[in-house]
Amino acid sequence: MLKVENLVVKYGMIEAIKGISFEVNDGEIVTLIGSNGAGKTTTMQTISGLLKPSQGSVLLDGVDLTKIAPHKIVPMGLAQVPEGRRVFAQQTVEENLELGAYHRKDKDEVKKDMENVYELFPRLLERKSQLAGTLSGGEQQMLAMARALMAKPKIMLMDEPSMGLSPLLVKEIFRIIENINRQGTTVLLVEQNAKMALAIADRAYVLETGKIILEGTGAELAASEQVRKAYLGG
Amino acid sequence: MAFLSYLISGLGLGSVYAIIALGYSMVYGIAKMLNFAHGDVIMVGAYVSFFAMTLAGIPFVVSALIAVVACTLLGITIERLAYKPLRQASSLSVLITAIGVSYFLQNAAQLLWGSDTKIYPTVFPGSVSLFNGQLSVSYLTIITILTCLLIMTVLIMFINKTKTGKAMRACSEDKGAATLMGINVNKIISITFAIGSGLAAIAAVLLCATYPSVYPTLGSMPGIRAFTAAVFGGIGSIPGAFLGGLLLGVIETFAKAYISTQLSDAIVFAVLIIVLLIKPTGLLGKKISEKV
Repeated sequence: MLKVENLVVKYGMIEAIKGISFEVNDGEIVTLIGSNGAGKTTTMQTISGLLKPSQGSVLLDGVDLTKIAPHKIVPMGLAQVPEGRRVFAQQTVEENLELGAYHRKDKDEVKKDMENVYELFPRLLERKSQLAGTLSGGEQQMLAMARALMAKPKIMLMDEPSMGLSPLLVKEIFRIIENINRQGTTVLLVEQNAKMALAIADRAYVLETGKIILEGTGAELAASEQVRKAYLGG
Repeated sequence: MAFLSYLISGLGLGSVYAIIALGYSMVYGIAKMLNFAHGDVIMVGAYVSFFAMTLAGIPFVVSALIAVVACTLLGITIERLAYKPLRQASSLSVLITAIGVSYFLQNAAQLLWGSDTKIYPTVFPGSVSLFNGQLSVSYLTIITILTCLLIMTVLIMFINKTKTGKAMRACSEDKGAATLMGINVNKIISITFAIGSGLAAIAAVLLCATYPSVYPTLGSMPGIRAFTAAVFGGIGSIPGAFLGGLLLGVIETFAKAYISTQLSDAIVFAVLIIVLLIKPTGLLGKKISEKV
């Protein structure tokens, strides 16, 4: 479904991503793990068009996303839950969800999806007329995920969804990710919480200072000596 | 009765400021830039409606609409040519460019139409007499205030209820996240400039109907006062621009009537400084603290 080839991304003179290639197949959960500054968020933002690569391509079902305007990527079936949630704080929960479906013309379907999303996140239904900025961190994360779901994506990119949340909420978030995947959405997940990410991932890649240094199934990497030492705390 | 009369003419003047302030405030809220050429768009609107009326003999309301169309196109063009290429540049470069555009428009007007003052035709003559003739309010003032109220209502509904309005609010909060929703941020910025410049044309005809002289720098002072009004009310906030504009008009008129004509500007700016000292974001400007 998604194929990243020889991607190079630069911030001025600095090469943040030094030629990485990976792919996400239909129906998979694939995770990119790595420490701070490894280039995970840069990779995600390049895929969704917020950053332009200096080399390489990002193919979504064969179409090169680096060649098209960023706002045209969502309608192609790729939605992103950005790092730090980035919900629209001064709009209500419901308005945020409507914005998620901004590109869609199928109003009846949108309405149905809104009901489904509220079913998946009952907390959001309780707070639907509240300003998003007044939600707790966990609720904002749920809103960011719900908002991306409203785009009806084939593939969903999630950037650090567990960041800053309590262990209990982290479990909840991961359960929801598995749920979303089971309902047919392919997931590309970036996480610092490598343990949880590897536990739910079909396949995983380890990113270190802009390069992919390891790849394998979630279970393989969770068992790997190198990964255990570097990312799973021994 | 004199008090009431000053209050009403203050509200009339304030309505014009409010309509101009909206342009500043909306553009600032979405493009995060101070469009100092906004006042000169007013000037262009004034000339367009002036020539439409005097050369072509078109009635006032129709020439006002022509001015709206002309200014809307001008606003979109300025944004496309001067500001869009600077989207990634520092805010200082954009500010200097805006000042450049302002001088360009003023000098172009001088070159094209001469620097002499032209007298704007009288529109909506006459007045209503109230309280047995003790208070007289001109039709023009009434029309100005009603126009301002109408614009405010329509604009607030547009921003809160329509899909484009919601997309505009999303862009004003976070352009990156808005892009991730599939919103074409460049298009939204264009629309914002179009609305702001169209409103500038409406302000232009109301302003010239009240103060009937048309000259190349006519937009500067109302532009600066309206900018002050936008800051006063809380820049980026639409109700703030209205409140700021109305208050500024009333304060200016009262200062002229009761204190001193020469000191009126000083008094207006003193009030602005005091408000900003007490509430740095302006009267209705808000800063929501984000939970992390």
